[in-house]
Amino acid sequence: MLSNEELEYLKHKLGREPNSLELSMVEAEWSEHCSYKSSKPYLKAFNTQGKYVLIGPGYDAGVLAIDDMLITVHIESHNHPSAVEPYGGAATGVGGVIRDILSMGSRPIALLNGLRFGDIEKDSSARWLFKHVVRGIADYGNCIGVPTVAGEVEFDNSFDNYCLVDVACIGLIDKDKLVLMQADAKDLIIIAGNSTGKDGIHGASFASKVLDDADSNRSAVQIPDPFMGKLLIDATMECVNARCVKAIKDLGGGGLACCLSELADKLGKGMSIDLANLHLREHMSVEEIMISESQERMLYIVEPSRLSTFKEIMDKYEIPYSILGYVTDDGYLDIKYDGRKIAKIKASIVANAPIAKRKARKPKYLEEIPVREPDGYNEGNIAEYLLSLLSDPSIASKEWVYRQYDHEVGLRTVIKPGYHDAAVIRLSDNKFLAVKLDGNSKHCYLDPYNGAMGCFAEACRNVIAVGAEPIAMVDHLQFGSPEDEHVFYTFVESVKGLADYGRYMQIPCVGGKVSFYNETKYGAIKPTPVVCILGLIDSYSKIVKDRAKDGDMLVIVGLTKDEMGGSEYYEYIHKIQSSNVPRVDLEYDKAVMHAMLELIDGRVVRAIHDCSKGGFGVALAEMCINSSIGAYVNLDRIPNTCSRLDNLIFSESHSRFLIAVSKDNLSRVEYTLSKYSKGNNGIHYSVIGYFNSSDSIVLEHGSSTIGLSLDKAIDAYSSNIPRLMDHA
Amino acid sequence: MHIKVGIVVFPGSNCDRDVYHVFKNILKVDTELIWHKRDDLRGFDAIILPGGFAYADRLRAGVIAAHSPVMQEVKRLAKDGLPILGICNGFQVLVESELLPGAFMRNDTLRFICRWVSLRVNVDSKRSPFTRLLSNDQILNIPIANQEGKYYVDDDTLNLMHKNRQIVLTYTNNPNGSLQSIACICNEQGNVMGIMPHPERASDPMLNPLNYGNDGLLIFKSLLAYLGCDHHA
Repeated sequence: MLSNEELEYLKHKLGREPNSLELSMVEAEWSEHCSYKSSKPYLKAFNTQGKYVLIGPGYDAGVLAIDDMLITVHIESHNHPSAVEPYGGAATGVGGVIRDILSMGSRPIALLNGLRFGDIEKDSSARWLFKHVVRGIADYGNCIGVPTVAGEVEFDNSFDNYCLVDVACIGLIDKDKLVLMQADAKDLIIIAGNSTGKDGIHGASFASKVLDDADSNRSAVQIPDPFMGKLLIDATMECVNARCVKAIKDLGGGGLACCLSELADKLGKGMSIDLANLHLREHMSVEEIMISESQERMLYIVEPSRLSTFKEIMDKYEIPYSILGYVTDDGYLDIKYDGRKIAKIKASIVANAPIAKRKARKPKYLEEIPVREPDGYNEGNIAEYLLSLLSDPSIASKEWVYRQYDHEVGLRTVIKPGYHDAAVIRLSDNKFLAVKLDGNSKHCYLDPYNGAMGCFAEACRNVIAVGAEPIAMVDHLQFGSPEDEHVFYTFVESVKGLADYGRYMQIPCVGGKVSFYNETKYGAIKPTPVVCILGLIDSYSKIVKDRAKDGDMLVIVGLTKDEMGGSEYYEYIHKIQSSNVPRVDLEYDKAVMHAMLELIDGRVVRAIHDCSKGGFGVALAEMCINSSIGAYVNLDRIPNTCSRLDNLIFSESHSRFLIAVSKDNLSRVEYTLSKYSKGNNGIHYSVIGYFNSSDSIVLEHGSSTIGLSLDKAIDAYSSNIPRLMDHA
Repeated sequence: MHIKVGIVVFPGSNCDRDVYHVFKNILKVDTELIWHKRDDLRGFDAIILPGGFAYADRLRAGVIAAHSPVMQEVKRLAKDGLPILGICNGFQVLVESELLPGAFMRNDTLRFICRWVSLRVNVDSKRSPFTRLLSNDQILNIPIANQEGKYYVDDDTLNLMHKNRQIVLTYTNNPNGSLQSIACICNEQGNVMGIMPHPERASDPMLNPLNYGNDGLLIFKSLLAYLGCDHHA
């Protein structure tokens, strides 16, 4: 529903009352989901320029140019639908982001997902959502033959009875084939794909309000059809190769209403269409036709002289299509039904919602949560804490998830899930893309600015750890209601944190999404910006794909501080919240990044792992688990300003890496790192131990020793999620 | 000798371009994608049915594709002894076309499984055009990616298959509940083979995980050796 102000604004723009069809179209397009009316002014803060950027935010996908290839990238969420109907909601989320990539004429080559659920250890409904969301993504992605190569999963009480499902997609196309929005008067407007039905009616409006009653909203969830999705991929690629389409746009949130108005507005053109021409699944009113979000539908603009080629391709794949109308020069959406005029409205009015001015006020909890330390902590329990953290579902192995995804189809996946910090996909024989998606709702809740900045930094570290230089990001900003000034404050702060990092590090934002109203009757979710990073590797030999070996030395880069707020150690083990969230020191972080890239360039490191959730302790254990190898570490050698031993081991301070290096290369690694360690804000590094063929991880501190059996660590890390999910 | 390999594309096939890449770019063989409506396959020396989800596995994996026009021609060529390889979904199509015995069911886990597995060769190199470079008891590492990958066949047929040495590869660690760990079989003549793992995914050195070789490529190179292109072997 439009607010009174919005309705007045619309009447003023029109110079008359809108009719009911026009009103439905405007309502769909002016929903928060489609219009970004609350967030738009703030998103201008992002740096969108960069060496590789061809097209930044504002299109269906961002575009990067690498050699004679173009890389497209986009991210979408499908939170509301997935919370109501997890299988269909997640599957259609995949379908939707794939079609955004297709809209640029590019072939989807990789999928990533970021998933968030409630406490699966306690809550069977969280397990139910988790199970069916993963199955929905798997069934859709596997069927269409696009590999799901990376992702992340986080569990937190604030997602109880809800879930966040973010899907990012990477596309690839030859430089000369990119389909840009072009159209001339008399060009044909064609809708191809599934017939339009009553599913997903009011989907965009549904996603733009608080989820109150899950069951009654099920009709707003769309139905996935991966088979048609796959046919649309193949047919679209053939159309692009035959150069018979001038513009492509997918029908997503807000259905035909949003697709037509946004496209016409972007083209600076009008459209004359007759809804009676559209292939329907069932009898529908014109309002329903305009806002239905039936899946697997694409709009193509085709020059009349190329129509026969277009038809041949659609007929080959037996894809139904309708010639809806044609492009005009007057800027109006002129809508008829069977020749009868039913609406005529300027596309620019529909496509440009008035900005909603939102208030932002610092929430009380941000003032009230102090810096705290856990009571009853005992140094003798550290090995136990570490084992516990390895089984923490937010940290534990996600093999149960990625085994269900075909992550190899397409013959591009060089680094597959479960091996390293990011996936690496082959673009050509000498160009590789590292991709990773990251978020951290616990950090962002306790400190939206530093938490969001930390997510960006952490995602960058993950691609650096496989040998890549971060070259672009897309983000997805997920919050509660923007009408709540406290929630809106966390949004504004998060955007600032991301934008400041991007500008300082010169990593452009090439696209993104905003999703508000992520609330249930229990309240808003924790602020959850997620960041998807693309990193470039310009030589196969630079990919860091090896594992630590017996006799390798262990080097830590970075400084460990008393930054325990939002750490898994505090939240999962001790169940306490503290405000001292890790902060990124921009200058320091950049120096660490440059030092790491120089090491990678020199090809002197064996394996790299970044320190994040669970801190140094978990990072070391993960390296040992992945390499099936023991390690000895002298904790006193770790550069730190920590007041306690548990902080030293579990702090999630940023800008830290663990490096495994052969003895032969150690002096070269130390030489490079020493260059970056000079001056006031020089980086810290230290050789802290070595990997060995023993079956344990040994941490020495002063005269005491903490020991952990490798078998126990492997068991804790790998068995918890399967154990929880096998009977879910 | 000039040879030409055809790769059948059904609506929903999704490994067609991957197999094409291996033949065309790695093995440098004349290769052509064949749309499923084509019913004349003259001029091809071997036909591959690739993996994927033909018709989205509707009804039952492979069953609709088995009725495509191209399959009539594939059946005729099979009878003539032309080498025909079905990979994953292609194996399912061969079973549904009755070019190979047995049937597929849902994996024991009821989930899709994507992972590298070890396979044991149970036949000697002469058994099939696709085994020329393999030897009995050899271990191959090739990934699987399937949801209906659990092979089943009745006892009488199974006995016959054993007698005829039709069980080409078995899993060393059964991932999906396949009867007797069966991963790959051939027909009695040996010219038609179905393999559940994806050899095309173990054919490009850049993509193999650490410590794995190009074991999948041996199957394609076997075909070339059989067809008389020994320089590939």
